[in-house]
Amino acid sequence: MATATAPPAMVERLPRSRSSRPWSWERVTPILMIAPSVVLVAIFVYYFIARTAYTSLTRWRGVVPDYTFVGFRNYARLFQTEKFQADIVNTIHFTAFFLIGCLVLGLGAAVLLDQKLPGSIIFQNVFMFPLALSFVVTGTVWRWIFNPNYGLNVLFQNAHLGFLKSGWLTDPHTALNSLTIAAVWQMSGFCMAMFLAGLRGIPDELREAARVDGASEFQAFWRVVFPLLRPITLSAVIILGHISLKIFDLVFVMTFGGPGYSTDMPGLNMFITTFRQDLVAQGAAIATVLLLMVALLIVPYLIWNLRGETER
Amino acid sequence: MSVLTAARGPQVRWRWRPSTVVLYALLVILAVFYLLPMFAIVVTALKSFAEVSRSSLWELPKAPTLAGFTAAYDKLAPYFQTSVLLVVPATLLSAMLGSLNGYVLSKWKFPGANTVFALLLFGMFIPYQSILIPLFQFVSSIGLYGGVPGLVLIHVVYGIPICTLIFRNYFAAVPTELLEAGKIDGASVLGIFLRIMLPISIPGFVVVMIWQFTSIWNEFLFAVLMTIPPQQPITVGLVNLTGGLLQHYEIQMAGALLAALPTLVVYIVLGRYFVRGLLAGSLKG
Repeated sequence: MATATAPPAMVERLPRSRSSRPWSWERVTPILMIAPSVVLVAIFVYYFIARTAYTSLTRWRGVVPDYTFVGFRNYARLFQTEKFQADIVNTIHFTAFFLIGCLVLGLGAAVLLDQKLPGSIIFQNVFMFPLALSFVVTGTVWRWIFNPNYGLNVLFQNAHLGFLKSGWLTDPHTALNSLTIAAVWQMSGFCMAMFLAGLRGIPDELREAARVDGASEFQAFWRVVFPLLRPITLSAVIILGHISLKIFDLVFVMTFGGPGYSTDMPGLNMFITTFRQDLVAQGAAIATVLLLMVALLIVPYLIWNLRGETER
Repeated sequence: MSVLTAARGPQVRWRWRPSTVVLYALLVILAVFYLLPMFAIVVTALKSFAEVSRSSLWELPKAPTLAGFTAAYDKLAPYFQTSVLLVVPATLLSAMLGSLNGYVLSKWKFPGANTVFALLLFGMFIPYQSILIPLFQFVSSIGLYGGVPGLVLIHVVYGIPICTLIFRNYFAAVPTELLEAGKIDGASVLGIFLRIMLPISIPGFVVVMIWQFTSIWNEFLFAVLMTIPPQQPITVGLVNLTGGLLQHYEIQMAGALLAALPTLVVYIVLGRYFVRGLLAGSLKG
């Protein structure tokens, strides 16, 4: 008997013997409970991804599916199009500035709020409310703020800062950065929340100890606090990074990829190619490239997270 | 926000220092940046079309009017109603599935449970473009293309990962002794869930439901692709509104406020639960 060799504490728990039978309700019920979700995700995520990947290797264009296998021809053609090349450059540019903006504002705001001044909570709520809005609302409002005749330009003119005037979304050189400002406005509160949670988790004694050792306030932060925030920074970079790779709504609403290809992104390109131009196989190829980019970021992160969990 | 204020021990008594002024100044500058769009919305929405065309965004309305709101409401009301019909069932179903999964994956780990969890989680990060073509075919083939039921199905399925994650974290914090006690009383796996776990998981439900409510209300990609008039959600409504009334910024801004209002109210009233959902999405946070 298995129970005979178990430590005394285990022997006492009689109900346990029920689960040691190979077929018992206690073993089957959990699997039955989770089965609907597992089946749904298996189909809607994994099977559908496989179908998209296969579609990207076919000749399907137009309304009627055509599954004639053409190998990687769609990919070869895709990477030669000026539009997709612009997508890649734009994505990198946007992601870099979006991340920098969110990290700097997020960390700055978190450090300010962590001083625990009276009224901090009000500021905290103000910094985070954009997260409750949709990209569609954000895009609509910022398009109005960026209006060259009515918006920021008027403000700069009146403040004798005429050199700051810009075409914003209408100028191919500034459109992508304008888009980035709106995105940072919306998402930097997420970074702030992460950093603030991190800062609040660091015991005061650590900073106190650094001060006792003669470190200045800045040194205490840079040498003691900041290194402890590193895992949180990595999490924030990966979550925000994958959001920026996937960006769709904001571009759709603010610029629709224009002027020219100056703000086009893979997510929008896929949508237009597939569902407006009916180049389905080509759209599937864009989708697959996009998925690979996201997976490259997310899969190691998931493994890192779940490993860490089992070690705990 | 309890998540962000907890775990710091007794509050250190705050003292006034010269640097305090600098800190407040910086906080105010940041607040101006974050509130700027709110200012733009409110000021513009209260103007008449004539005044919008004549004045800049920064001038306060001289003759405030609700005409913009009335016009926006007339156009958006049907979309708003569709969004309500979409969000309520999708949120409830997501929460139910999520609680079942979270309970099993934290308290009844079968062999391979962690792998299953990881595979579920991946679904939360994928760009939905990568499933859009087969999804479109599938939803059309079962006759659900174009309306609310199809969209409910989509949001429930793609909401499974985040809801499972939040509930798994929630149930993991519940002492296993409770479960053991239930077992000794002879309760089944499902019985323990229904009679012991569900009643204590109200806070988990609040977090998940607020999260799903906000995400689904704000979602645009599935909404714009999978629905046709007259059954389109509010995000599509706002895009249609702004596309049709290019110069009417007072109606656009009033529309933006109407579209944002439900999630904004939820954030103001139940913000701390919203933040918990937000941080859960980053796994470690």
